[in-house]
Amino acid sequence: MEAFIFNLFIFVLASFVGFELISKVPPTLHTPLMSGANAISGITLIGALIIAGGPDSLYAQWIGFAAIIFATINVVGGFMVTDRMLEMFKKKEEDKQ
Amino acid sequence: MSHFLPEFLQDVLPNIIQIFYLVATGFFIIGIKRLGSPATARSGNQMASLGMLIGVVVTLFDREIIAFEFIIAGLVVGAAIGIFAAKKVQMTAMPEMVAIFNGFGGGASALVAWGEFSRLSPALFDTQSLATTGLSILVGSITFTGSFIAFGKLKGFIGGGRIALPGQNIINLLLTAAALGMVGWFTVDPEHQVVFWTLFGLALLIGVLTVLPIGGADMPVVISLLNSYSGIAASMAGFVLGNNLLIISGALVGAAGLILTNIMCKAMNRTLVNVLFGAFGGLEDSTGPDTGDKTYQQTFADDVAIQCAYASKVVIVPGYGLAVAQAQHTLKEVANILEERNVTVKYGIHPVAGRMPGHMNVLLAEADVPYDQLYDMDEINPDFKSTDVVLIIGANDVVNPAAKTSPGSPIYGMPILNVDEAKRTIVFKRSMSPGYAGIDNDLFYSDKNQMFFGDAKKSLQELATALKELD
Repeated sequence: MEAFIFNLFIFVLASFVGFELISKVPPTLHTPLMSGANAISGITLIGALIIAGGPDSLYAQWIGFAAIIFATINVVGGFMVTDRMLEMFKKKEEDKQ
Repeated sequence: MSHFLPEFLQDVLPNIIQIFYLVATGFFIIGIKRLGSPATARSGNQMASLGMLIGVVVTLFDREIIAFEFIIAGLVVGAAIGIFAAKKVQMTAMPEMVAIFNGFGGGASALVAWGEFSRLSPALFDTQSLATTGLSILVGSITFTGSFIAFGKLKGFIGGGRIALPGQNIINLLLTAAALGMVGWFTVDPEHQVVFWTLFGLALLIGVLTVLPIGGADMPVVISLLNSYSGIAASMAGFVLGNNLLIISGALVGAAGLILTNIMCKAMNRTLVNVLFGAFGGLEDSTGPDTGDKTYQQTFADDVAIQCAYASKVVIVPGYGLAVAQAQHTLKEVANILEERNVTVKYGIHPVAGRMPGHMNVLLAEADVPYDQLYDMDEINPDFKSTDVVLIIGANDVVNPAAKTSPGSPIYGMPILNVDEAKRTIVFKRSMSPGYAGIDNDLFYSDKNQMFFGDAKKSLQELATALKELD
């Protein structure tokens, strides 16, 4: 129970941090922000690694394998496409060079 | 990989991993913070990806990981698909791409919870872990199928309009209640296979049935919401595994998605409940648009060129029609010619221009439009009074004065760009047909407005040619 309550504290506090961080983002960046945040949600990859690499059951390892593929698509694709978008955002001065 | 490490490190390894997780968390938070300003956004994204790399690499040292075949194969396959998709996607198809990546993320979280549950004996799970396992499977699976339906709708595989059974909302509510009930039952009786699979099946079904009835115009809201769900699913998986990095990162993403959802709803003057349970078409005025005796003025490229060339300030209002016609680059060419003639050019971007939050900004950035020329609705609205010419290209409902003047209109109350305050508006449009919301636009019949008919790209090319011939 104590571990759960501790985790709950972390969850709620992190949510507050998230609200604070994101409420200040200008609309220009909403698409890259969403795509970047989306890539971060692929953090579940870490969990997938532990399951796919665990010795306990082959069945679970296959599930972990599928989870790794899914999460890696999310992480790698998400960060790369966000970078591709942000690369295009230029200021006027740079534009004229 | 832990056996590669010297012995003195073995004892403190779990703590070292946690410290690196803390570092990764810091990279995520600073990364998201830096994503908040155009000047630092790219480095922010790179910091977040570095945080992810740190998290993944240190996890490989976890003592629980002893077999690497599945891990290497999974990482290679996933990375190959991800890289291919990210390199190939067109910027106009960005919403679909985000939707499908999101679906994979949500699906992965559901799989992680299922995998963790199936590899350990249920006796090792306490009530809280069982509840979060159930929630992770529920939210992750809804995200998975919901995102795929959203992808299909955006791609046009599935009809964009409202597809619904009679009583669909009640069915969805009942199914959701049933699924939550299954989470409860699973928590109490985790060894009951039927309960587990019913929960899984219901969750997948809810994802399909809740997104299917939502109209194409509401997709920005749905994508934001699904983005939030994928974060929550990751966070729940973190509860199951007792992993703080997952809990924190998932919560950050969950909060981000909720804020964006809220912004989108405000931009369309809808509530979230209204988006999820009532389609736009349902509000439509039964009398239909009355275009009977109203007259409009038509104009042509040469005339538009002269009006713009001798203006001191021109504001461009782009809509999704511009993107569909792939006319961003031609538009930029027109803007360049005008700027060479010392005309001030600004772009007024409505929050729901495009198919996801900020989509239009990305499309214009792709055409090398500098971001400091793009103005939000609130920034540009006071400017229209002193604007000589407004070029409205592929946008309709976001400039419809009915949103301010006629309380009976389905878009009444939606904040719009006040283009009617400018000295002249010119609407680039294929025909007089109404916009997505299916309502007539009084702006077209204003004596300050002119219609320039034709495909957006072709019209802009004509305009560019006409501008070049002016000297």
